[in-house]
Amino acid sequence: MKHAISNRKATALLIAGILAMMTGFYRGEVATVLEKAIVICLECVGIG
Amino acid sequence: MAKVKPRLRRPWFQAGFTALTNSHVSGFINGQIYTGSTKAACVPGLNCYSCPGALGSCPIGSLQAVLGSRDYSVSFYVIGFLAAVGALIGRLVCGWLCPFGFVQDLLYKIPFARKFKGLKADRVLRWLKYIVLIVFVVMLPMLIADVTGMGDPWYCKYICPSGTLMAGWPLLATNPALRGAAGFLFKWKSAILIAILFLSVPIYRPFCRWFCPLGATYGLTNKVSFYKLKLDSSSCINCGRCEQACKLGIPVLTEQNSVECIRCGDCKNACPTGALYSTMDAFAASKKAGKSCQPGA
Repeated sequence: MKHAISNRKATALLIAGILAMMTGFYRGEVATVLEKAIVICLECVGIG
Repeated sequence: MAKVKPRLRRPWFQAGFTALTNSHVSGFINGQIYTGSTKAACVPGLNCYSCPGALGSCPIGSLQAVLGSRDYSVSFYVIGFLAAVGALIGRLVCGWLCPFGFVQDLLYKIPFARKFKGLKADRVLRWLKYIVLIVFVVMLPMLIADVTGMGDPWYCKYICPSGTLMAGWPLLATNPALRGAAGFLFKWKSAILIAILFLSVPIYRPFCRWFCPLGATYGLTNKVSFYKLKLDSSSCINCGRCEQACKLGIPVLTEQNSVECIRCGDCKNACPTGALYSTMDAFAASKKAGKSCQPGA
Protein backbone atom coordinates (compact mmCIF):
# COMPACT_ATOMS: atom_id res chain seq x y z
CA MET A 1 0.00 0.00 0.00
CA LYS A 2 1.35 3.36 -1.00
CA HIS A 3 1.88 5.82 1.79
CA ALA A 4 -0.68 8.65 1.75
CA ILE A 5 1.99 11.33 1.79
CA SER A 6 3.81 10.12 -1.32
CA ASN A 7 1.70 12.18 -3.66
CA ARG A 8 3.62 14.83 -5.57
CA LYS A 9 0.65 16.31 -7.44
CA ALA A 10 -1.32 16.78 -4.22
CA THR A 11 1.70 18.31 -2.52
CA ALA A 12 2.20 20.74 -5.41
CA LEU A 13 -1.49 21.68 -5.40
CA LEU A 14 -1.48 22.14 -1.62
CA ILE A 15 1.59 24.39 -1.73
CA ALA A 16 0.14 26.39 -4.65
CA GLY A 17 -3.12 26.76 -2.72
CA ILE A 18 -1.40 27.97 0.44
CA LEU A 19 0.73 30.43 -1.55
CA ALA A 20 -2.37 31.73 -3.35
CA MET A 21 -4.18 32.16 -0.02
CA MET A 22 -1.23 34.11 1.34
CA THR A 23 -1.21 36.30 -1.78
CA GLY A 24 -4.92 36.96 -1.34
CA PHE A 25 -4.38 37.77 2.32
CA TYR A 26 -1.57 40.18 1.42
CA ARG A 27 -3.76 41.89 -1.22
CA GLY A 28 -6.52 42.49 1.32
CA GLU A 29 -9.10 40.14 -0.17
CA VAL A 30 -9.92 38.79 3.28
CA ALA A 31 -11.30 42.19 4.29
CA THR A 32 -13.62 42.11 1.26
CA VAL A 33 -14.87 38.66 2.26
CA LEU A 34 -15.42 39.75 5.88
CA GLU A 35 -17.16 42.96 4.79
CA LYS A 36 -19.63 40.96 2.70
CA ALA A 37 -20.10 38.17 5.27
CA ILE A 38 -21.00 40.28 8.30
CA VAL A 39 -24.01 42.00 6.76
CA ILE A 40 -27.12 40.12 5.68
CA CYS A 41 -26.63 39.29 2.00
CA LEU A 42 -29.97 40.31 0.51
CA GLU A 43 -29.20 38.50 -2.75
CA CYS A 44 -28.52 35.22 -0.88
CA VAL A 45 -31.72 35.60 1.12
CA GLY A 46 -33.74 36.22 -2.05
CA ILE A 47 -34.61 39.87 -1.64
CA GLY A 48 -32.20 41.24 -4.22
CA MET B 1 -16.82 1.82 24.62
CA ALA B 2 -19.27 0.77 21.88
CA LYS B 3 -18.03 1.41 18.32
CA VAL B 4 -20.22 3.42 15.94
CA LYS B 5 -21.26 1.33 12.92
CA PRO B 6 -19.54 2.52 9.67
CA ARG B 7 -22.88 3.44 8.04
CA LEU B 8 -23.85 5.62 11.01
CA ARG B 9 -20.46 7.30 11.30
CA ARG B 10 -21.03 9.67 8.39
CA PRO B 11 -24.48 11.11 9.35
CA TRP B 12 -23.23 11.79 12.87
CA PHE B 13 -20.11 13.45 11.53
CA GLN B 14 -22.18 15.55 9.09
CA ALA B 15 -24.56 16.61 11.87
CA GLY B 16 -21.68 17.46 14.18
CA PHE B 17 -19.81 19.53 11.59
CA THR B 18 -22.98 21.36 10.52
CA ALA B 19 -23.77 22.16 14.16
CA LEU B 20 -20.21 23.28 14.86
CA THR B 21 -19.97 25.67 11.90
CA ASN B 22 -23.49 27.03 12.50
CA SER B 23 -23.42 27.36 16.27
CA HIS B 24 -24.47 31.02 16.56
CA VAL B 25 -27.79 29.83 17.98
CA SER B 26 -29.09 33.26 19.07
CA GLY B 27 -29.12 34.31 15.40
CA PHE B 28 -31.94 31.86 14.72
CA ILE B 29 -33.97 33.39 17.55
CA ASN B 30 -33.51 37.10 16.85
CA GLY B 31 -33.18 36.95 13.05
CA GLN B 32 -29.66 38.37 12.91
CA ILE B 33 -26.37 36.97 11.61
CA TYR B 34 -23.01 36.53 13.35
CA THR B 35 -20.64 39.45 12.77
CA GLY B 36 -17.42 38.17 14.36
CA SER B 37 -14.01 38.00 12.70
CA THR B 38 -14.24 34.22 12.05
CA LYS B 39 -16.47 35.17 9.10
CA ALA B 40 -13.28 36.14 7.23
CA ALA B 41 -12.44 32.44 7.01
CA CYS B 42 -14.10 30.14 4.50
CA VAL B 43 -15.72 26.86 5.51
CA PRO B 44 -15.27 23.95 3.07
CA GLY B 45 -18.94 23.30 2.24
CA LEU B 46 -21.83 25.23 0.71
CA ASN B 47 -22.70 27.05 3.94
CA CYS B 48 -24.26 30.48 3.33
CA TYR B 49 -22.65 33.28 5.33
CA SER B 50 -26.06 34.81 5.81
CA CYS B 51 -27.28 31.76 7.69
CA PRO B 52 -28.11 33.13 11.17
CA GLY B 53 -25.92 30.46 12.76
CA ALA B 54 -22.93 30.60 10.40
CA LEU B 55 -19.52 31.29 11.92
CA GLY B 56 -17.64 31.17 8.61
CA SER B 57 -18.11 32.05 4.95
CA CYS B 58 -19.23 30.04 1.95
CA PRO B 59 -16.35 29.75 -0.57
CA ILE B 60 -18.67 30.30 -3.54
CA GLY B 61 -20.27 33.39 -1.96
CA SER B 62 -16.83 34.69 -1.02
CA LEU B 63 -15.48 34.10 -4.53
CA GLN B 64 -18.33 36.14 -6.01
CA ALA B 65 -17.93 38.86 -3.38
CA VAL B 66 -14.28 39.34 -4.37
CA LEU B 67 -14.85 38.98 -8.14
CA GLY B 68 -17.77 41.38 -8.02
CA SER B 69 -15.90 44.03 -6.01
CA ARG B 70 -14.37 47.13 -7.55
CA ASP B 71 -10.86 46.28 -6.34
CA TYR B 72 -10.17 42.77 -7.62
CA SER B 73 -10.64 40.82 -10.82
CA VAL B 74 -9.40 37.52 -9.35
CA SER B 75 -9.57 36.01 -5.87
CA PHE B 76 -6.31 34.35 -4.89
CA TYR B 77 -7.63 33.86 -1.36
CA VAL B 78 -10.67 31.78 -2.29
CA ILE B 79 -9.07 29.95 -5.24
CA GLY B 80 -6.13 29.10 -2.96
CA PHE B 81 -8.53 27.85 -0.27
CA LEU B 82 -10.37 25.64 -2.77
CA ALA B 83 -7.07 24.30 -4.14
CA ALA B 84 -5.71 23.53 -0.66
CA VAL B 85 -8.88 21.79 0.54
CA GLY B 86 -9.13 19.96 -2.81
CA ALA B 87 -5.50 18.83 -2.54
CA LEU B 88 -6.15 17.38 0.90
CA ILE B 89 -9.51 15.64 0.54
CA GLY B 90 -11.21 16.49 -2.80
CA ARG B 91 -14.95 15.81 -2.76
CA LEU B 92 -14.80 14.25 0.68
CA VAL B 93 -16.13 17.73 1.56
CA CYS B 94 -19.38 16.92 -0.29
CA GLY B 95 -19.82 13.58 1.44
CA TRP B 96 -18.87 14.58 4.96
CA LEU B 97 -18.69 18.35 5.50
CA CYS B 98 -21.37 20.06 3.40
CA PRO B 99 -24.58 20.98 5.26
CA PHE B 100 -26.68 21.06 2.09
CA GLY B 101 -25.37 17.61 1.15
CA PHE B 102 -26.40 16.42 4.61
CA VAL B 103 -29.95 17.74 4.07
CA GLN B 104 -30.17 15.84 0.77
CA ASP B 105 -28.85 12.69 2.46
CA LEU B 106 -31.59 12.89 5.09
CA LEU B 107 -34.30 13.39 2.47
CA TYR B 108 -33.08 10.36 0.49
CA LYS B 109 -33.72 8.23 3.60
CA ILE B 110 -37.48 8.89 3.23
CA PRO B 111 -39.07 5.74 1.75
CA PHE B 112 -40.32 6.20 -1.81
CA ALA B 113 -41.94 3.87 -4.35
CA ARG B 114 -38.84 3.88 -6.57
CA LYS B 115 -35.34 5.20 -6.00
CA PHE B 116 -33.58 6.21 -9.22
CA LYS B 117 -29.88 5.43 -9.46
CA GLY B 118 -28.62 5.10 -13.02
CA LEU B 119 -30.44 7.89 -14.85
CA LYS B 120 -29.92 8.16 -18.60
CA ALA B 121 -30.05 11.95 -18.46
CA ASP B 122 -27.34 11.96 -15.81
CA ARG B 123 -24.54 11.91 -18.40
CA VAL B 124 -25.74 15.20 -19.85
CA LEU B 125 -27.06 16.86 -16.69
CA ARG B 126 -23.79 16.43 -14.78
CA TRP B 127 -22.18 19.00 -17.11
CA LEU B 128 -24.60 21.67 -15.88
CA LYS B 129 -22.57 22.22 -12.72
CA TYR B 130 -19.57 23.34 -14.77
CA ILE B 131 -21.78 25.78 -16.69
CA VAL B 132 -23.14 27.11 -13.37
CA LEU B 133 -19.57 27.51 -12.10
CA ILE B 134 -18.16 29.24 -15.17
CA VAL B 135 -21.18 31.40 -16.09
CA PHE B 136 -22.95 32.25 -12.82
CA VAL B 137 -20.10 32.15 -10.30
CA VAL B 138 -17.20 33.52 -12.33
CA MET B 139 -18.18 35.30 -15.56
CA LEU B 140 -21.37 37.19 -14.75
CA PRO B 141 -20.17 38.72 -11.43
CA MET B 142 -16.90 39.71 -13.13
CA LEU B 143 -18.30 41.09 -16.37
CA ILE B 144 -21.59 42.75 -15.44
CA ALA B 145 -21.15 45.65 -13.04
CA ASP B 146 -23.47 48.43 -11.90
CA VAL B 147 -22.66 52.16 -12.03
CA THR B 148 -20.53 51.87 -8.89
CA GLY B 149 -18.43 49.11 -10.48
CA MET B 150 -19.86 46.34 -8.30
CA GLY B 151 -21.07 43.04 -9.76
CA ASP B 152 -24.01 40.98 -8.45
CA PRO B 153 -23.40 37.54 -6.91
CA TRP B 154 -25.42 35.91 -9.69
CA TYR B 155 -25.26 32.37 -8.39
CA CYS B 156 -26.31 33.34 -4.85
CA LYS B 157 -28.98 35.69 -6.13
CA TYR B 158 -30.70 33.53 -8.73
CA ILE B 159 -29.83 29.89 -7.99
CA CYS B 160 -28.37 28.88 -4.62
CA PRO B 161 -30.95 26.69 -2.82
CA SER B 162 -28.59 26.26 0.13
CA GLY B 163 -28.73 30.02 0.74
CA THR B 164 -32.53 29.97 0.59
CA LEU B 165 -32.73 27.08 3.05
CA MET B 166 -30.04 28.19 5.49
CA ALA B 167 -30.42 31.98 5.24
CA GLY B 168 -33.59 32.99 3.39
CA TRP B 169 -36.19 30.89 5.17
CA PRO B 170 -34.86 31.25 8.75
CA LEU B 171 -34.22 34.99 8.40
CA LEU B 172 -37.60 35.73 6.90
CA ALA B 173 -39.28 33.60 9.56
CA THR B 174 -37.72 35.62 12.37
CA ASN B 175 -37.16 39.08 10.86
CA PRO B 176 -40.39 40.97 10.01
CA ALA B 177 -38.53 43.77 8.14
CA LEU B 178 -37.01 41.26 5.72
CA ARG B 179 -40.33 39.44 5.37
CA GLY B 180 -41.94 42.66 4.22
CA ALA B 181 -39.28 43.17 1.53
CA ALA B 182 -39.56 39.69 -0.02
CA GLY B 183 -40.95 39.56 -3.53
CA PHE B 184 -40.66 37.64 -6.78
CA LEU B 185 -36.98 36.76 -6.32
CA PHE B 186 -37.69 35.07 -3.01
CA LYS B 187 -40.52 33.07 -4.57
CA TRP B 188 -38.25 32.07 -7.49
CA LYS B 189 -35.47 30.90 -5.17
CA SER B 190 -37.94 29.11 -2.90
CA ALA B 191 -39.36 27.29 -5.95
CA ILE B 192 -35.83 26.09 -6.87
CA LEU B 193 -35.23 24.94 -3.31
CA ILE B 194 -38.56 23.10 -3.07
CA ALA B 195 -37.88 21.36 -6.41
CA ILE B 196 -34.45 20.22 -5.17
CA LEU B 197 -35.89 19.04 -1.84
CA PHE B 198 -38.60 16.98 -3.59
CA LEU B 199 -36.12 15.54 -6.10
CA SER B 200 -33.85 14.48 -3.24
CA VAL B 201 -36.36 11.87 -2.06
CA PRO B 202 -36.23 9.58 -5.14
CA ILE B 203 -32.80 10.69 -6.47
CA TYR B 204 -29.63 10.70 -4.39
CA ARG B 205 -28.09 14.19 -4.16
CA PRO B 206 -29.61 15.81 -7.29
CA PHE B 207 -28.11 19.22 -6.50
CA CYS B 208 -24.60 17.84 -5.95
CA ARG B 209 -24.80 15.74 -9.14
CA TRP B 210 -26.04 18.39 -11.50
CA PHE B 211 -25.85 21.93 -10.19
CA CYS B 212 -23.29 22.45 -7.42
CA PRO B 213 -20.39 24.70 -8.51
CA LEU B 214 -18.46 23.84 -5.35
CA GLY B 215 -18.74 20.11 -6.04
CA ALA B 216 -17.62 20.79 -9.63
CA THR B 217 -14.49 22.51 -8.30
CA TYR B 218 -13.58 19.88 -5.71
CA GLY B 219 -14.35 17.10 -8.21
CA LEU B 220 -11.50 18.29 -10.41
CA THR B 221 -9.09 17.52 -7.55
CA ASN B 222 -10.43 14.02 -6.78
CA LYS B 223 -7.79 12.31 -8.91
CA VAL B 224 -4.84 14.13 -7.34
CA SER B 225 -5.83 14.68 -3.70
CA PHE B 226 -4.03 13.06 -0.75
CA TYR B 227 -7.28 11.30 0.19
CA LYS B 228 -8.02 8.75 -2.52
CA LEU B 229 -9.80 5.47 -2.84
CA LYS B 230 -7.68 2.55 -3.96
CA LEU B 231 -8.48 -0.95 -5.17
CA ASP B 232 -6.25 -3.87 -4.26
CA SER B 233 -6.91 -5.99 -7.33
CA SER B 234 -5.31 -9.05 -5.76
CA SER B 235 -8.00 -9.11 -3.02
CA CYS B 236 -10.92 -8.05 -5.26
CA ILE B 237 -13.30 -10.91 -6.08
CA ASN B 238 -15.32 -8.87 -8.62
CA CYS B 239 -18.55 -9.42 -6.71
CA GLY B 240 -19.83 -5.96 -7.75
CA ARG B 241 -21.17 -5.07 -4.29
CA CYS B 242 -19.28 -1.78 -4.35
CA GLU B 243 -21.04 -0.69 -7.54
CA GLN B 244 -24.40 -1.81 -6.17
CA ALA B 245 -23.79 0.21 -3.01
CA CYS B 246 -22.86 3.41 -4.87
CA LYS B 247 -25.98 5.62 -4.96
CA LEU B 248 -24.39 7.85 -7.60
CA GLY B 249 -24.00 4.96 -10.07
CA ILE B 250 -20.20 5.28 -10.33
CA PRO B 251 -18.36 2.29 -11.88
CA VAL B 252 -16.23 1.85 -8.76
CA LEU B 253 -14.22 -1.11 -10.07
CA THR B 254 -12.76 0.97 -12.89
CA GLU B 255 -13.02 4.54 -11.54
CA GLN B 256 -12.39 4.79 -7.81
CA ASN B 257 -11.65 8.52 -7.94
CA SER B 258 -14.27 9.73 -10.40
CA VAL B 259 -14.97 13.49 -10.45
CA GLU B 260 -18.55 12.56 -9.51
CA CYS B 261 -17.56 10.61 -6.36
CA ILE B 262 -18.50 12.38 -3.12
CA ARG B 263 -16.44 9.89 -1.08
CA CYS B 264 -19.30 8.80 1.14
CA GLY B 265 -17.50 5.48 1.63
CA ASP B 266 -20.53 3.24 0.93
CA CYS B 267 -18.52 1.24 -1.63
CA LYS B 268 -15.71 0.73 0.86
CA ASN B 269 -18.13 -0.39 3.57
CA ALA B 270 -19.82 -2.82 1.17
CA CYS B 271 -16.59 -4.53 0.10
CA PRO B 272 -16.53 -8.03 1.68
CA THR B 273 -12.77 -8.54 1.27
CA GLY B 274 -11.44 -5.10 2.14
CA ALA B 275 -10.04 -4.70 -1.38
CA LEU B 276 -11.32 -1.11 -1.49
CA TYR B 277 -9.54 1.18 0.91
CA SER B 278 -8.69 4.84 1.26
CA THR B 279 -5.24 6.35 1.55
CA MET B 280 -6.31 7.39 5.06
CA ASP B 281 -6.99 3.73 5.95
CA ALA B 282 -3.59 2.81 4.51
CA PHE B 283 -1.92 5.56 6.53
CA ALA B 284 -3.67 4.46 9.74
CA ALA B 285 -2.76 0.81 9.08
CA SER B 286 0.89 1.65 8.47
CA LYS B 287 0.98 3.69 11.70
CA LYS B 288 -0.59 0.81 13.62
CA ALA B 289 1.84 -1.69 12.10
CA GLY B 290 4.75 0.62 12.97
CA LYS B 291 3.55 0.88 16.57
CA SER B 292 3.16 -2.88 16.99
CA CYS B 293 6.70 -3.39 15.66
CA GLN B 294 8.18 -1.10 18.31
CA PRO B 295 9.95 -2.88 21.13
CA GLY B 296 7.72 -3.34 24.15
CA ALA B 297 4.49 -2.79 22.14
